[in-house]
Amino acid sequence: MYVAVKGGEAAIANAHRLLASRRRGDATVPGLTLEQIAGQLSLAVDRVMGEGSLYDPELAALAIKQARGDLIEAVFLLRAYRTTLPRFGHSEPVDTGEMLVERRISAVYKDLPGGQLLGPTFDYTHRLLDPELAGDPPLDAPETAADTGERVIRVSDILGDEGLIEDDPATDISRPVADITRTPMEFPMERDARLQTLARGDEGFLLALAYSTQRGYARSHPFAGEIRIGEVDVEVMIPELGFAIVIGRVKLTECQMVNQFKGSAKAPPQFTRGYGLVFGQAERKAMAMSLCDRALRASELGEDITAPAQDEEFVLSHCDNVQSTGFVEHLKLPHYVDFQAELDLVRRMRAEHFAKAADDAATDVAKEAAE
Amino acid sequence: MIAHAADAPAQNLASYNFAYLDEQTKRMIRRAILKGIAIPGYQVPFASREMPMPYGWGTGGVQVTAAIIGRDDVLKVIDQGADDTTNAVSIRAFFAKTAGVATTTTTPDATIIQTRHRIPETPLHAGQVLVYQVPIPEPLRFLEPRETETRKMHALEEYGLMHVKLYEDIARNGRIATTYAYPVKVEGRYVMDPSPTPKFDNPKMHMSEALQLFGAGREKRIYAIPPHTEVVSLDFEDHPFEIQHFDEPCALCGAEQVYLDEVVLDDKGGRMFVCSDTHHCESRRAEGHRGALLGDEPAFGDQPLTDKEPAL
Repeated sequence: MYVAVKGGEAAIANAHRLLASRRRGDATVPGLTLEQIAGQLSLAVDRVMGEGSLYDPELAALAIKQARGDLIEAVFLLRAYRTTLPRFGHSEPVDTGEMLVERRISAVYKDLPGGQLLGPTFDYTHRLLDPELAGDPPLDAPETAADTGERVIRVSDILGDEGLIEDDPATDISRPVADITRTPMEFPMERDARLQTLARGDEGFLLALAYSTQRGYARSHPFAGEIRIGEVDVEVMIPELGFAIVIGRVKLTECQMVNQFKGSAKAPPQFTRGYGLVFGQAERKAMAMSLCDRALRASELGEDITAPAQDEEFVLSHCDNVQSTGFVEHLKLPHYVDFQAELDLVRRMRAEHFAKAADDAATDVAKEAAE
Repeated sequence: MIAHAADAPAQNLASYNFAYLDEQTKRMIRRAILKGIAIPGYQVPFASREMPMPYGWGTGGVQVTAAIIGRDDVLKVIDQGADDTTNAVSIRAFFAKTAGVATTTTTPDATIIQTRHRIPETPLHAGQVLVYQVPIPEPLRFLEPRETETRKMHALEEYGLMHVKLYEDIARNGRIATTYAYPVKVEGRYVMDPSPTPKFDNPKMHMSEALQLFGAGREKRIYAIPPHTEVVSLDFEDHPFEIQHFDEPCALCGAEQVYLDEVVLDDKGGRMFVCSDTHHCESRRAEGHRGALLGDEPAFGDQPLTDKEPAL
C-alpha cells in the first residue's frame, strides 16, 4: 500500500557516503595531492580562482579535488567559503604596466618595445595526443631569458600617446569602489561593477557571447591590442601608516582589445577599448571578457543596442555560473505541489473541452435529424 | 555551537559563526527585513551571500532564517508541505549543525518555519515566523523581463499589465489559468508574488497572526508581510478568485478542505490523494481520524525526525 517517503535523512547520508567513495575512486590508486592539482592542473585551478573570486591556489585545488573535477562545483565551494571571510577593505588599483610578464603578445604590431613574448602557451602546438604523457617522461628544462627587471610598456599606452585610443576611463576617487559581493546588482551598472561581474562570469557563457559579436551580433571590429600574463604586486593603503604596502602578488591575465569607433560630434575618431582582467592564466576568458566589455559599452558610446551581448541586464544577470547552475538544477527538487495544481487545472480544462465537443456533436446530429 | 569542517588542511580553514553567516551579514539582512516589514510587499534589495547550498535551493530563505534565528528558537522546515522531503531534511540538518537549535516537525511548536511551496494547514499563531523560499520574487517578471522596467511599474503602481494577463487567461481558457504563484496585492499597495505556493494557500496569508518573511537569494530580494496585513488575491468581479477543491478527502486521515498530493499507486491508473502537509496528516491520524485507505492500521505513532526534542 502507500509507502510514505520517509528516511530522507538516511538517504542523504548514504548518497553522500557513496559520493565520497566515488570521488576517491579506486582506493588502490594513490589519491591526488593538492600539490599535484595546483601544480599540474594549474589552469583548472586558475579558472576556479577567477570565477570563485578568491586567489588561493591551495584552496582552489582542494575545491577541485572535493568536486571530483567539476569546475563549476569547485567554483561554488570556493565562493561559499569566500563569502564567510571578513572584508578588510580593498587594494589599490594594481598596475599591470609594472607586471613581471611571462607572456605578452600584441596582434597590432609586428614588433614593439618589450618584444613579443610567447610564454607558456598552447598556441602553435599541434593538438596531437602525446602517448608519452601517459607516463612521466623527463623534460628538458625550460629556456628562459634572464629577468632584466625592465618595465614592459602597455600597447594601449603606445596608442594612447598619439591619442589614437580613448583614455583609460578616469576613476572618480570620491566614489567608493563597487563591490558586487556586498551590494545587489543595479542597472545601469557602472564600469567597476560591470568588470567585476564579468571577471567572475562563466568562461563558457562569455566566450559564446564574445563569439556572437564576431559573427555580426554587435560587431566591434576588435584587434587584440595586447594580452599579457604575469605577476603584479597587490598594495593596500594602511590608513595608520599613510602609505600603501605590498601584501602579496597575484598572477593576472590582462587583455586590451582595440576596437573601431567612428567618432562623434564631440569626440574625434579614435579606437575604443574593451577590457579583460582575470586571475591566473586565463587567456580565453580575458579575451572573451574584453569583447563583452566593449559590447556592453554600447549605450555609453551611443551605439544601437541590437544584440544580446550588448544587453546589460541580459549579460550581467546571467553570466554567473554559480547562480545559473543552482537555479537550473533546482528543477530537480520536488515540485509536486505546484504540479498537482497544474494537473488539476489541465484535467478540468480537458473535461470541459470534451464535454463541449460532445455537446457540439450532439447538436450537429440533432440539426441533421431536423433537416 | 560552532561547527568545524572535518577535513580542513593545514591552515585553520573553515570555522563558521552561529548559523553560518557572520554577524555583519546578519545585521545587513535584518535591516532589509525591517525595511520589508515597514513596507509590506515591497521587494527590498539586499546583498545576498553565497550559501553552502545552491542558488534556487532555498538560499534566500536560509539567509533570512540565519539572520533571525536565536539559540532558543525551534525550527521546522518543510518542502511541498512535508518535513521529510530531501531538501527540507537538508536545510533542517544545516541549522541543527551550524546553530545547534532544536528542530521540530510539529507546526504549533515551531517558532520559525521555513517553507518551500506550501503554508501549513494548521493556522499559525502570533509569535511564529514563516520564512518562504522564493525563486523569482518579481510577480511581473514573466510579463516584463527587465528589472529596470518592473521597478518603475511598482513605483508607479502600474499593475495594468497583470490584470491584462489575467484577463487574457479568462479570454483563452474561460478561467484564470494561474494555479500557483498567484499574484496578491498587499495592504492595497504592492502586487507581490507569494512564492510558488499553490493558490490554495493564498487565503492563509491574509490577516495571518504570524510574521511572513520572503527571501530570494539568487535574485537578492527580501520582502515581508507583517501580522494582520491585508493580502488579496487579484481577481475580477465576474471571475472571483477561488482556490482548488479536491473531490475526495485525504485517503489516510480523511481530512477535507486541505491540499492533497496525488500518489500514483500502480501503472493502471490507480491513484490516491493524501495530505501534502505531513504534520497535519500525522496529527489527525494520531487523533484517531481514519482515511479510506488506512483501513485498520494502528494509530500513527508520531516519530520525531531528529533526536532532539523541542526545547520549549
